[in-house]
Amino acid sequence: MRIWIKGGRVIDPANKRDAVLDVLIEDGKIARVWAAQPGAPAPAADRVLDATGQVVCPGFVDLHVHLREPGREDMETIATGTRAAARGGFTTVCCMANTNPVNDNQSVTDFIVDRARRDGAVHVYPIGAITKGLKGEELAEIGELVGAGCVAVSDDGKPVMNAELMRRALEYTTLFNIPVIQHAEDEHLTGKGVMHEGRVSTELGFKGIPAASEAVIVARDLLLAELTGGRYHVAHVSTAEAVELVRDAKRKGLNITCEVAPHHFALTDEAVYNFDTNAKMSPPLRSSRHLAVVKAAVQDGTIDCIATDHAPHVIQDKEVEFDYAANGIIGLETAFGLTITSLVEPEVLTLPQAVARLTADPARIFRLPKGTLSGGADADVTIVDPSREWTYDVRQSASKARNSPFHGWKLRGQVLCTIVSGKIAWELQG
Amino acid sequence: MGLTSKDLLGIQGITSEEIRLILDTAASMKEIASRDIKKVPTLRGKTIINLFYEPSTRTRTSFEIAGKWLSADVINISTSSSSVVKGESLKDTGLTLQAMHPDVVVIRHAVSGAPHLLAKLLKCSIINAGDGAHEHPTQALLDLFTIRERRPTLEGLKVAIVGDILHSRVARSNIFAMQKMGMHVRVCGPPTLLPRYVESLGVEKHLSVERAIADVDIIMMLRVQRERMGAGLFPTLREYSKLFGLNLDRLKMARPDVLIMHPGPINRGVEIAPEVADGPYSLIQDQVENGVAIRMALLYLLAGGQNN
Repeated sequence: MRIWIKGGRVIDPANKRDAVLDVLIEDGKIARVWAAQPGAPAPAADRVLDATGQVVCPGFVDLHVHLREPGREDMETIATGTRAAARGGFTTVCCMANTNPVNDNQSVTDFIVDRARRDGAVHVYPIGAITKGLKGEELAEIGELVGAGCVAVSDDGKPVMNAELMRRALEYTTLFNIPVIQHAEDEHLTGKGVMHEGRVSTELGFKGIPAASEAVIVARDLLLAELTGGRYHVAHVSTAEAVELVRDAKRKGLNITCEVAPHHFALTDEAVYNFDTNAKMSPPLRSSRHLAVVKAAVQDGTIDCIATDHAPHVIQDKEVEFDYAANGIIGLETAFGLTITSLVEPEVLTLPQAVARLTADPARIFRLPKGTLSGGADADVTIVDPSREWTYDVRQSASKARNSPFHGWKLRGQVLCTIVSGKIAWELQG
Repeated sequence: MGLTSKDLLGIQGITSEEIRLILDTAASMKEIASRDIKKVPTLRGKTIINLFYEPSTRTRTSFEIAGKWLSADVINISTSSSSVVKGESLKDTGLTLQAMHPDVVVIRHAVSGAPHLLAKLLKCSIINAGDGAHEHPTQALLDLFTIRERRPTLEGLKVAIVGDILHSRVARSNIFAMQKMGMHVRVCGPPTLLPRYVESLGVEKHLSVERAIADVDIIMMLRVQRERMGAGLFPTLREYSKLFGLNLDRLKMARPDVLIMHPGPINRGVEIAPEVADGPYSLIQDQVENGVAIRMALLYLLAGGQNN
């Protein structure tokens, strides 16, 4: 199978390319990327995609999704979650360990890898648990997890509260050179909080989660990373204070990375005003002061990449009183549109920067052979129209879940085609 | 003229004109309480359901009496004896009740926004009888009504609300209502019981109760709950009472004609000394009495009248 993508603007940050180029895919790999000469003979191809006026980039890489399989197949499966990924332009997703059973041993990892090979529409890399059962008590068999295919470890959904255990996790993982991903939240400071502590929580009478709840853990962990030399990655960073801490740590030369979820730069805590439970997440939506700092940090690279924290839930877990509602939203299908609409349109990021934050930058953090159009690499390619406007209709989502606050939003930047290992996984009709 | 919304979810959703309409309507309702036969046929054939997810004496009773004096059929549901204990969701409970064609559902719930959720799901009128630490609009309305009986011009009045502002829906609804009527609100309490960003509500923050109550027209004391002590928000009731309790000594710092209010239930000797609660300027019993009139007014405006 040969696919010839011709005439598109190729943005390939890993190879510092940004030019009108042709791309040839052969046997699932990138065969050639070249500047077509007028009148040159056409390469033989089974399928020709005319990308004139469109942008061709490496398939997006998402370091943070919840696919819910095994255990909560009523919320999402590897089949449905990866189809949502393909629609969103993602060709690689890394799935969190909080499945049931928890991905804290190699048999669960094996299951995920097998199931992804059978059902997956995109590449799936599992993330193992830091601690057995995500209980924060003793280390999981991280060596075996890595052997079975885990690319990082995290107790995501829960922080590792015990500083000694976090120290050991950062130390032990230097054996495998993988990052430890922290869900940075002080459980005591958060307590029963359900939204960001600020003007809106004051008005609505909700128990607030102070911004310091995130920063306190990041500050502690940065000291531990310095102590151990471990690789530390902050999941879904949301506060100005945490961003400043990471910026300082990077200046010191520490091996620190972090990600931001699109909802943390697209929405503020004011989204809670109508008690929409799709505005409830962990960490919570923050105030505009935090948003401004977070956006600037995506621009200057303090925040390395964009990751969705795609968190599918069944309707009955969201259609309840705010305090009782589950945390999180689905995000794979809206990530690119929100990135363009909230970051590129207002000129926070250039388009090539935005592509980098979705491709080469996340791939580098987990050392994945992804996010590149290098010759010989897996032919994971996403074709987008960054200026096309579209309306998100969550009822049409490929995900099983419908918990998105972006339903009905007009977004700029649409994914037209997603190619995974040389096969078209998603193509926009019309 | 009537209310614009089918529901009363909070003071924030209504205008000062609507507040005036409710207070004026309540004034005519209050007269019924003084009659020998306390019943008018206004809401005959209407059904009111009191759906209380939290314990309540005065609010529930007051809604029940209000409904009955207006000749409505009033049904009380408390969660300890309903299918809620079998794990039924608010949505399903609401839809079940709707199938029985109520005209008004009065809801009290521990979570902010629960009445708003119900209002989205049901066609009948919803009255918020207290949601979490968010709003308790009928309390604020009866408080304004009680103040207006003594001080006919609300505009310009100064109020000090003292106590656990953080967890108080009474405080929030009163702040919103009083500000809409042009009153000035101060809040006072231990810093741990004041929301960190309380000034964003447009109120003055005081840590000294003496300074907070000096020169105000009204002092509103809030109940302090024992369980907040366990949560580490203040050390002991004893210390709380010493620092923030309203006793006769402290009252000397205030204007001699200051009005004393408390939404109840009161902790005698903790946030308010018995001599103050029972003293000449205490409006605590007036508040309870006026609660019935306010709720009659709301039931009439939402379920009765020419609009329906």
